Amino acid sequence: MTRTLLTGNAAAAWGARLAEADYVPAFPITPQTEIIELLAEWMQRGAMAGRIVMLESEHSMLTAAGAAAATGVRVFTATSSQGLLYAMEMLYTVAGWRVPLVLVNVSRGLAAPITLEPDHNDVLAVRDSGFLQFHCATCQEALDGVLLAYRLAEDARVRLPVMVNMDGFYLSFTREPVRLPEPEQVRRFLPPFDPETLYFRAGAPRSQGVAVLGGAQYSYFRYEAHLASLGALRVFEEAAAEFARLFGRSYAPLETFHTADAEFAFVMLGAFATKAKQAVLRLREAGWRIGLVRPRLLRPFPAQALVEALGGLRGIAVIDQNLSTGMGGVLCSEIGAALLRAGARPVVAGYVGGLGGRDIPVEEFFEMARETKAAAEAGRCPPTRLLYTEEELRQTRALQAIAMAE
Amino acid sequence: MSETRFKALKDLPAQHLLLPGTPMCPGCGGLEVVKQVYDVLGENTVFVNAAGCLTLLATYPFTPFRGSWIYTAMASAPAGAQGIRDALDILIAKGRLPPAQNLDVVVLSGDGAAYGMGLGPTSAAIDRGLDFYYLCYDNEGYGNTGQQTSAATPAGARTATDHGPVGFAGEKKDLFSIWVAHHPPYVATITSADPVDLARKVETARGHAGPKLFIALAQCPTGWHYDPKDTVQMGRLAVATGIWPLKAYAGGRVTHTRRPKPKGERPPVEEYLRAQGRFDHLFSPTRNEEALARIQARVDAYWDAAE
Repeated sequence: MTRTLLTGNAAAAWGARLAEADYVPAFPITPQTEIIELLAEWMQRGAMAGRIVMLESEHSMLTAAGAAAATGVRVFTATSSQGLLYAMEMLYTVAGWRVPLVLVNVSRGLAAPITLEPDHNDVLAVRDSGFLQFHCATCQEALDGVLLAYRLAEDARVRLPVMVNMDGFYLSFTREPVRLPEPEQVRRFLPPFDPETLYFRAGAPRSQGVAVLGGAQYSYFRYEAHLASLGALRVFEEAAAEFARLFGRSYAPLETFHTADAEFAFVMLGAFATKAKQAVLRLREAGWRIGLVRPRLLRPFPAQALVEALGGLRGIAVIDQNLSTGMGGVLCSEIGAALLRAGARPVVAGYVGGLGGRDIPVEEFFEMARETKAAAEAGRCPPTRLLYTEEELRQTRALQAIAMAE
Repeated sequence: MSETRFKALKDLPAQHLLLPGTPMCPGCGGLEVVKQVYDVLGENTVFVNAAGCLTLLATYPFTPFRGSWIYTAMASAPAGAQGIRDALDILIAKGRLPPAQNLDVVVLSGDGAAYGMGLGPTSAAIDRGLDFYYLCYDNEGYGNTGQQTSAATPAGARTATDHGPVGFAGEKKDLFSIWVAHHPPYVATITSADPVDLARKVETARGHAGPKLFIALAQCPTGWHYDPKDTVQMGRLAVATGIWPLKAYAGGRVTHTRRPKPKGERPPVEEYLRAQGRFDHLFSPTRNEEALARIQARVDAYWDAAE
């Protein structure tokens, strides 16, 4: 095992390298490009025994990825943002093919307006595609997440593609110390891909992705994928336990931080949750019993674990780094529904923040904690609040004045 | 064209690989093309289908193919072919698939995908030198949805979206030339009404590594409005009148494999047009002399310039 400084992108590429991915259909997009550049370099100088092919779009990239996986090779690919949405049709399609490829999405806000910095509208737009989703907050998690993703995807009980998500810039371009596992050890955790029923070869004719006629057949195959996804929670826990034994790092479906004695908690996805961790420590210094819950798995949705972690609290502040226009935060509504169905009723305060990489400073976490506490005392869930400061508004108004100037 | 084992009808395969009992319309020209091409390529093939009429050939749990099939999407069948070709090559290179179990990869695409949505992915697959066959069954409209105008619709045809007195006011896109401009090893036009020419071309293509592309006239009784029994006749008329040139591109040259009779001796295009309901408005209630003359002039100009 080697300890080295890696960006999130490089860590994800190392994940693919250590997984010994056979095939990487690729297309560049900021902030993901470093991943495919690294893989191309390794493959071209023989450090990695795979083939990388540049496609002409993400839609074609996902088609090639799915078709190659359907032929029986281990496939890795990566994209971001507009690219993920350009591939949307094929995300659903290859998930329906039940092929176990791994896709790293480096989250970036969606146009329009066009931007480069992160939020989670891209990955949440494909929430229902059938891909499992693993969300990372550290570079180590990006590497380990890719290895876990292959174990999960290739398990005969799952056989679904997996998306490993990391935040653009804040994780993709941030260097952190990463432990590189030894290839031998990775092979023990992740044996060579056994494609079983996924093949095309002479003498064994096979049809894949065929049309169905009628809702009963269609529903059957859709339900099967759903049940496989639900079952992946158990498979994930098995795989994570083995991962912990081999590598000494534990990955529960949820990361919990200072929740044991907590009355309140923040709930966040991704790298911005590290900002929440800092705020939790500061709030605790100020006497608050507050913690953080960060889902790593979003699909399958770890409803039971979330209810266990949050159900007994007085109030939770769900900070969505996404915006479902006309509704609010996606995570907030999912968590609210999970709590409601479990009969657990902490007050849920919804916040939208961090869109397009907007910072969430510690003072805002303090403010959210105060509001959540007040809401718990009043026994009412407040309306979703959009994080924005007067100073930001003033600066935007100044830019608008320039834009409107003759 | 190089010599092949197919010199006359009697040389064609007597046994057909494609099984009967498909949900295609009676008289489907596209299906007949697939049948003839399949007989030459053989069952060690995987068809990579783009959304189109022939998507319904394989409907769970049935298939008329003795070989393999995958349905991708409308735009990206060539990328699906890329993934399968690459995966087969990787498996063979890594010793996980015996070379004897290799397959030929064949994209199956209607004109809607080939001339439109799928043109970029096809261009890119040619750029990458992908070793595959591409078969466009061209029924000159979005046939599966009821024959709306596509980029392959010919001048004057009435479609579900061009009802006006002149039908479709534009011209059919020259996809052959677009493909040829990429300089792939082999491009050809074919028709099931000339099975020997078709078989010779598919056989010739087999000798080339890289992209091998075909545009097949796919006579469509449903969309073109003629009696299904006349499908073969419609293909023959298309060739005899010169509106569907049979040609091949290889080694940097375009060769016409069948030439219609010289101008004045060959039947006028209107014999082909008049046989199809989609051109009725050019003949009744009054003859649209201007449109008919323009269509004929375009065909004549093509052959005047050919070779």
